[in-house]
Amino acid sequence: MSKTTTSEAMTTIRPLSDGPDWSFELLEDYHKEIARIAESYGLSTYPNQIEIITGEQMMDAYSSIGMPIGYHHWSYGKKFIQTEQHYKRGQMGLAYEIVINSNPCIAYLMEENTMPMQALVIAHACYGHNSFFKNNYLFTTWTDAESIIDYLLFSKHYITECEEKYGVAEVESILDSCHALMNYGVDRYKRPQKLSLAEERRRQKAREAYLQTQVNELWKTLPRMDDAKQEKKRRYPEEPEENILYFIEKHAPLLEPWQREIVRIVRKISQYFYPQKQTQVMNEGWATFWHYTITQHMYDEGLVTDRFIMEVLHNHTNVIYQPPYNSKYYSGINPYALGFAMFQDLRRICEHPTDEDRAWFPDIAGSDWVKTLHFAMENFKDESFISQFLSPKVMRDFHLFAVADDDTRNYLEISAIHDEQGYRQLRQTLSNQYNLSNLEPNIQVYNVEVKGDRSLTLRHVPHNRIPLADSHHQVLKHVHRLWGFNVVLEQEEPDGNASIIGRCPERPATE
Amino acid sequence: MAHFIDRRLNGRNKSAVNRQRFIRRYQQQLKKAVSDAVLKRSIQDIDKGESVSIPTRDISEPLFHQGKGGHRDQVHPGNDQFITGDRVDRPSGGGAGGSGQGDASNQGEGADDFVFQISKEEYLDLLFDGLELPNLEKNKLNKISEMKTFRAGYTADGVPANINIVRSLRQSLARRMALQVGKKKTVAELEQELAELGKHPAENYARIQDIEEEIVELKRRIAAVPFIDTFDLRFNNFVQRPIPSTQAVMFCLMDVSGSMDQATKDMAKRFYLLLYLFLTRTYKNVEVVFIRHHTQAKEVDEQEFFYSQETGGTIVSSALQLMKEVMEARYPADQWNIYAAQASDGDNWADDSPLCKQLLQNDIMSFVRYYAYIEITNRAHQTLWHEYESIARQFPNFAMEHIRAVEDIYPVFRELFKKQAA
Repeated sequence: MSKTTTSEAMTTIRPLSDGPDWSFELLEDYHKEIARIAESYGLSTYPNQIEIITGEQMMDAYSSIGMPIGYHHWSYGKKFIQTEQHYKRGQMGLAYEIVINSNPCIAYLMEENTMPMQALVIAHACYGHNSFFKNNYLFTTWTDAESIIDYLLFSKHYITECEEKYGVAEVESILDSCHALMNYGVDRYKRPQKLSLAEERRRQKAREAYLQTQVNELWKTLPRMDDAKQEKKRRYPEEPEENILYFIEKHAPLLEPWQREIVRIVRKISQYFYPQKQTQVMNEGWATFWHYTITQHMYDEGLVTDRFIMEVLHNHTNVIYQPPYNSKYYSGINPYALGFAMFQDLRRICEHPTDEDRAWFPDIAGSDWVKTLHFAMENFKDESFISQFLSPKVMRDFHLFAVADDDTRNYLEISAIHDEQGYRQLRQTLSNQYNLSNLEPNIQVYNVEVKGDRSLTLRHVPHNRIPLADSHHQVLKHVHRLWGFNVVLEQEEPDGNASIIGRCPERPATE
Repeated sequence: MAHFIDRRLNGRNKSAVNRQRFIRRYQQQLKKAVSDAVLKRSIQDIDKGESVSIPTRDISEPLFHQGKGGHRDQVHPGNDQFITGDRVDRPSGGGAGGSGQGDASNQGEGADDFVFQISKEEYLDLLFDGLELPNLEKNKLNKISEMKTFRAGYTADGVPANINIVRSLRQSLARRMALQVGKKKTVAELEQELAELGKHPAENYARIQDIEEEIVELKRRIAAVPFIDTFDLRFNNFVQRPIPSTQAVMFCLMDVSGSMDQATKDMAKRFYLLLYLFLTRTYKNVEVVFIRHHTQAKEVDEQEFFYSQETGGTIVSSALQLMKEVMEARYPADQWNIYAAQASDGDNWADDSPLCKQLLQNDIMSFVRYYAYIEITNRAHQTLWHEYESIARQFPNFAMEHIRAVEDIYPVFRELFKKQAA
């Protein structure tokens, strides 16, 4: 895509428009061209539904974490007020777009954007993100783009109904508690729905669990003495359960049916957003790569003017700016920058491989770049994408270095830098940094005192000795509200024993 | 494939509900912030919106997250000086060693107050939350003063201007049907018979004659049914219904004698303003009468009331006398809800205080909804206070409070107007 051809092309093809103003006719024209180019690169997408909205509506969309239809909750009000405050004080600009993983794929464009920005956003959201949603394995396995809007609508109505029946405060308190555990409402490892024997078994199990609650086997008040001795060592659940909300939904003894349904709603929505958390770098990188590639392509064809491409590039470079570690703007690695650089680099490895690339990526160096990029986009998440495709060149370009911070030592150690000895370790460290299970504390349902006081035990297994933050006392109160009986939080120590680090309600000191 | 949808015209304030939920949830904190703020703001903008703040720790949503400590590996960009194995001091306050957002609140960076703007309505709601106008319900019904016209269905008689055309024609249609349909049916039968007989006209000549006559007669009678008749007419009906009066007058009485300095007057003014704002939330139309007095009372405009300085002695009864006169002349108690607020530093000419009591007892208290007296002073109470105390015992709608400093105003106001237990 060299730019030497542009001047010739410009003479034969008239640019679509010049200048900042947009109109619906122009949007259609641009969209037609973008769609054509995207198709030529093999991007397959859901149909697009592009909505033009105002700044205020954008703030709305922001504060409802991107859900186009959301149930009412005070925390969204808080987020809206925060967003509005920041925006008014000029501390932040609004995103140019928000895109929703649904079929049709809903993308919001802000009315304040100029025509070049609208085109960039259409390429970014409606073709970049959209094709990612449709093809990445996490999204195809975990989310159902067809039905999400219906589900959100259902949940909103259901919760409104509950509010009418049981009172706003009552519903709010359940939602508060569920939100506190929202990150623990996802299945991380279990695969969903294989409509097969496995599915059949799961359903059967679900029925069994249902029957069990019906006969109240779990909560039989009279323990059978002889059995009790035998089963002393057996825990319930036998294997720890990572999906705490799921466990509560199915087993919390005192919840009303509508409360279980609310727990389920929060859990489902959390699960729906889980892939987005796991693919930030890839998703943004992919979308950024395509808005860049598509607008460049348009420029090469002479569809857009110099003025247009300058504005696009200006915004593009802002988006992919990576401040260095010692800058006051530094707040971690910019996912747009890293993702874009990696996809660009992948293309380079395919098109112009160096010896280093051939050594590091023998199977993709020199291959068809479109196919390779699609393969990379479809089959990875951030963690595996980085460990698979982060090349030495990108590490050098970013001047990456790894720092080991150990609280038993009073200094930080630079454990690896962007040199021959450090590449592999750097790549591994960075990959781990995007492993959500290392970032969120590992807390699972460990035991329920089925025969005793019905108390629920959660067990925290620290990763690299990193302790839980103090907020866990507050969260335990929420768990207690949902569970209805005592809740104990214990922590597994390095020696394998567990120590209790929190209880709700607090036990009196005399015991 | 794409379609474009213009959503800009969709309703604004989609998150208004969420905002209200938020405000309701933090009402306690907000109320405190508002009552702190009311004393700080200047008098002129007391009814504008307000920016309030809530401590962030109160509104945080707890989550399980990692704390500080343990072993972490972090990758950072922009290496400009390090090589493998370098050791650097741990930067204070998180920085390079932190794990991102989770730590922020632990380190005190996130502990700023959460400040935001509330609208005028929200502000006033919070300011006057839990307050009510005393004696409102008891008096509402027996002091009915105004009538309002309401629609009340339809009647069979009325003036032509109120004719309801649709209803009238509906009546006419029904009447015409009722009167014509039997006859039309007979005509149809006769015509059919006529057609039968017509096959042999000679044999049935007489019968045919009869039938034809009968048909003509019936048709005449059908035509005679009028299209519209007087008893078809329906008229829109209106009734007069009494409505509780929604207008109020507030009398502000203030002592402007030499002993009242500007600071004291400011305090009084804040009290009047609160009362005025409060009344405007209950009544559509609130008028204010300013009466100031030293030895003589005078009705003045707002500017003069608050800012002109007079000297001289103090005769409170002159103001009460004037209030009584204004009330009688312009604000009959059956049409106006009368409220009065009197502010004074308690100084009065000793012989005048019994007269004040008498005026209030005989001419004022039975007409006003509420009479609030505030005494702004640091000194001991004088005769006026003691006389008023006896009135307060006698009339439940008389209230008196003592204000020492600006901070007392809002609490005293709340005390005066707090909701009575049912």
